[in-house]
Amino acid sequence: MTALTHVLPYLVAAWVFLAGCYGLATSRNLIHAVGCLSVCQAATYVLLLAVGYRDGATAPVFSDLAPGSRPVVDPVVQALALTDVVVGATVTALLLALVVQVAKRHGTVDPDELSELRG
Amino acid sequence: MSPRMRLWLVATGGAGLAALLVAACLDLPRFGGDRHPYGDQAVEASLSRHTANTVASVTFDQRAFDTLGEMSILFAAVLGSVVLLRQTRDEHRARPEPAAVSRPVRRYALLVLPVALLTGLYVVAHGQVSPGGGFQGGVVAATALHLLYLGADYRALERVRPIAPYEAGDALAASAYLVTGLAALLAGSAFLANTLLPYGTFNTLASAGTVPLLNAAIGMEVACAVVVLLAGFLDQAVEIVDEGEHDDGEYHDDPRQRGK
Amino acid sequence: MHHLLPLLVAVPLLGAALLAAGGRLVPRFVAQSTACAVAAGTAALAVLLLTHSSPPLTEWVGGWEPVAGHSVGIALTGDGPGLGMAALVSVLTLAALAYAWRSFDEPPHGHAGAFPALVLVFQAGMCGFATAGDLFNAFVWFELMSVVAYALTGHRVEEARAVQGALAFAVVNSLGAYALLMGIALLYARTGELALTEIGGALDAHGPPDALVLAGFVLVLTGLLVKAAAVPFQFWLPDAHAVAPTPVCMLLSGVMVELGVFGVWRVYDTVFSGPGGLPAADLARVLTVLGALTAALGAVMCWHQRHIKRLLAYSTIAHTGLFLLGIGTLTPEGDDGVALYVVGHAGVKAALFACVGILLDRYGSVDEHVLHGRARPLRSVGVMVVAGALGLAGLPPFGTALGKSVAEEAVGGPLTALYVLASAVTAAAVLRVAARVFLGLGPTPEDAGGASGADAYETTGSGEEPETRQRLSRVPDTMTAVPALLLAGALAAGAVPAFGNAVARAMSEATTAGLVHTSVHWTPVGVGLGLQSTALAVALASVAVARPGLLAVPDRTLPLRRLQSGHIGDYVAWLLLGTAVLGALALPGILSG
Repeated sequence: MTALTHVLPYLVAAWVFLAGCYGLATSRNLIHAVGCLSVCQAATYVLLLAVGYRDGATAPVFSDLAPGSRPVVDPVVQALALTDVVVGATVTALLLALVVQVAKRHGTVDPDELSELRG
Repeated sequence: MSPRMRLWLVATGGAGLAALLVAACLDLPRFGGDRHPYGDQAVEASLSRHTANTVASVTFDQRAFDTLGEMSILFAAVLGSVVLLRQTRDEHRARPEPAAVSRPVRRYALLVLPVALLTGLYVVAHGQVSPGGGFQGGVVAATALHLLYLGADYRALERVRPIAPYEAGDALAASAYLVTGLAALLAGSAFLANTLLPYGTFNTLASAGTVPLLNAAIGMEVACAVVVLLAGFLDQAVEIVDEGEHDDGEYHDDPRQRGK
Repeated sequence: MHHLLPLLVAVPLLGAALLAAGGRLVPRFVAQSTACAVAAGTAALAVLLLTHSSPPLTEWVGGWEPVAGHSVGIALTGDGPGLGMAALVSVLTLAALAYAWRSFDEPPHGHAGAFPALVLVFQAGMCGFATAGDLFNAFVWFELMSVVAYALTGHRVEEARAVQGALAFAVVNSLGAYALLMGIALLYARTGELALTEIGGALDAHGPPDALVLAGFVLVLTGLLVKAAAVPFQFWLPDAHAVAPTPVCMLLSGVMVELGVFGVWRVYDTVFSGPGGLPAADLARVLTVLGALTAALGAVMCWHQRHIKRLLAYSTIAHTGLFLLGIGTLTPEGDDGVALYVVGHAGVKAALFACVGILLDRYGSVDEHVLHGRARPLRSVGVMVVAGALGLAGLPPFGTALGKSVAEEAVGGPLTALYVLASAVTAAAVLRVAARVFLGLGPTPEDAGGASGADAYETTGSGEEPETRQRLSRVPDTMTAVPALLLAGALAAGAVPAFGNAVARAMSEATTAGLVHTSVHWTPVGVGLGLQSTALAVALASVAVARPGLLAVPDRTLPLRRLQSGHIGDYVAWLLLGTAVLGALALPGILSG
């Protein structure tokens, strides 16, 4: 059981990433596809934060904690995850803006019906 | 490609990737392990510069160059959305109609608005001592303004957020971050070095050197950026209408019926 | 001097911020000239730093110099290859801005600063990526250049194709970037480091490679190869390049795609080349297989296009394949050749896109059949297209020819033949276009009206809107001067003997600290191969123009064409398969290690 808990968070990240990829590949609606891309990105949050965790540790903020009194989790991955969140939000915004325009120009948000570019 | 064929492709590729990821997970250091060399050094470096919130120290001091890139991505997205969600030649703006709002919603929204705005500013200002900072506080402040849309109507929101000044504010906040970095370089240190201000007293507002300055710049940038981004989408939903629909006359006064 | 490295990013960003802030207040002329001045200033800075890059510069941003061998800051690497790419990016940005001065005239009206500001942010992202010495920092700049590129590609939102192409571009590249980030997280978990050289050192200290190293390698490479448009990650590129505004195409094809190749080279060299990384034979296998497939597919699809921008996009894919083959040799000669080839290719390809942009703005079409014989009056543009085609073929003394000949000798065997063939076919396609469009040679195509057969599985180049407000009656001088200068630059890269040796010295400083020195020069074999592929290109183009029926075998390439379906789900499925293939190709070394 302990062996499983030692890798479970990582496996969750892998599962979330693959689930997002599956949704993206089989999507019938572009807004849904953008959502699936965000799911893939959520996997990176899970993995980053899981990598930085330390048993029995608390948040790496010392406003109400004497330095050295308790272990703290890795602050670096938290900063990376923060960057990741901002990147994800902006990419999603741009993608949705493009979907809005696709819906207007093509009259559909079904990827199966977009046939302007091929060959 | 037929959906069936695509599914086979996804299954093959996904199985391969899954096997790879699972094998990698089994080789990872165990979850919750004690070895975090970079993290431990980052905590030390943060304390040496009197920054109680070590995440803020990593974000705005040790790895402030990453944050410059992150801020630029947001800045680029704002410019990009202005370009992508513009009013095209075949579209025109319909004047949004006043909407009826039930009284409890209106009261609640108007009551919460100043509180939310203040909370946002508080979170920005205390980034160096407690969880939060420019990114988080900026989003809170920007969404606070949008309570006006819930509590009154779109026209009330438009009165408090003319887009051009917010766009300029976004760009100026980005410049402020860059100028702070350049000032350190001109002062004889390195770009974005936290050497301009004294490190102050640990766990007070005046601590951590330039971290509060950069936090404030990011707070303003994010608040302006979120306002402009949301405005782009809200305009598309509420105001911008096809010429065709205009000629039709029928939908002219009710943009909510668009696309029906 | 090394303190100036971050300015390569900061200067264009500051320029972009000022343009965005004041863009609504100033006339277009002021915005354009400000942007050009900023791009030129950055280019000058990059060249200045380049002249001081021996020995390579290292900058710790924020002054976080390492203490006891460890730093909590971010490293920037100012070596020859990195600064060379930054200089190339900056020069090409300046060229694109100068070209857009009189040609690109798109809304939003009343915001003259928006387009130049986006181009400057694009430049900053690419310069940041080129000089990054930290894996996560590289990811941040990688994302910045991607985000700007999506917005720039979809700039003409009134075009149905533009928004569809930009969306496919954005979805595939974002997924690649998230794979890259997963890889970074895995490597961080193992090593606890983010600086490139530190990760490499920590991997070596840990022992022989295992599944974790393999997964990190595969995921990081997936992100970079999506950007480099290697098979089977390449589907987004034709869709995006065919629809992006011409000045943006110049940057996308000229440098952004090549930065993906640069990233592969950089990451392998600093992270995975040690005993704890991936055996050299595995990387060589991965790059050789993918490179060969990419070159072959790009060349075949390039030949079968009638949409001229799409044709050029496929030629970029073919050449990227050749670059991957070159660095796949893992020899100093291969690296030198590719470095020179990239420089020459950037000039030639950007010039060709600029020329096609003139056709679009003048005639409102980029379709080879529709334009048949119509561009006769544009004689100078025709000459430049032919010169560009010869540059693609590798006719001495173009920089492409020198780089290609060095790389050809490095790869050896059947791959040399692939080099000759792929460059000849892409050049022949461009020559065919030139003969038909500018000279009106050959029979008039039946579908010159623009309509293709109902069942034809292809994208025609008609129905594209000019980028200027109305069709040009006279071509502005800036639009012809820019491609002319770019071609002259590509020519000088091969003709000036000192340039090749300077590139070789910079590469050797960066990889072996100057210990292994190679010299780059014309050899009889190299010149012979260059002439051979040029002759082959001319012959192919002549046959295609004189006897169109002889080489048109659409039926046999139809399966290949059908793969390029424009469907996002298909592209994602291929990306997953590509990741699995990467893993399979690199697996043997892990098993035996």
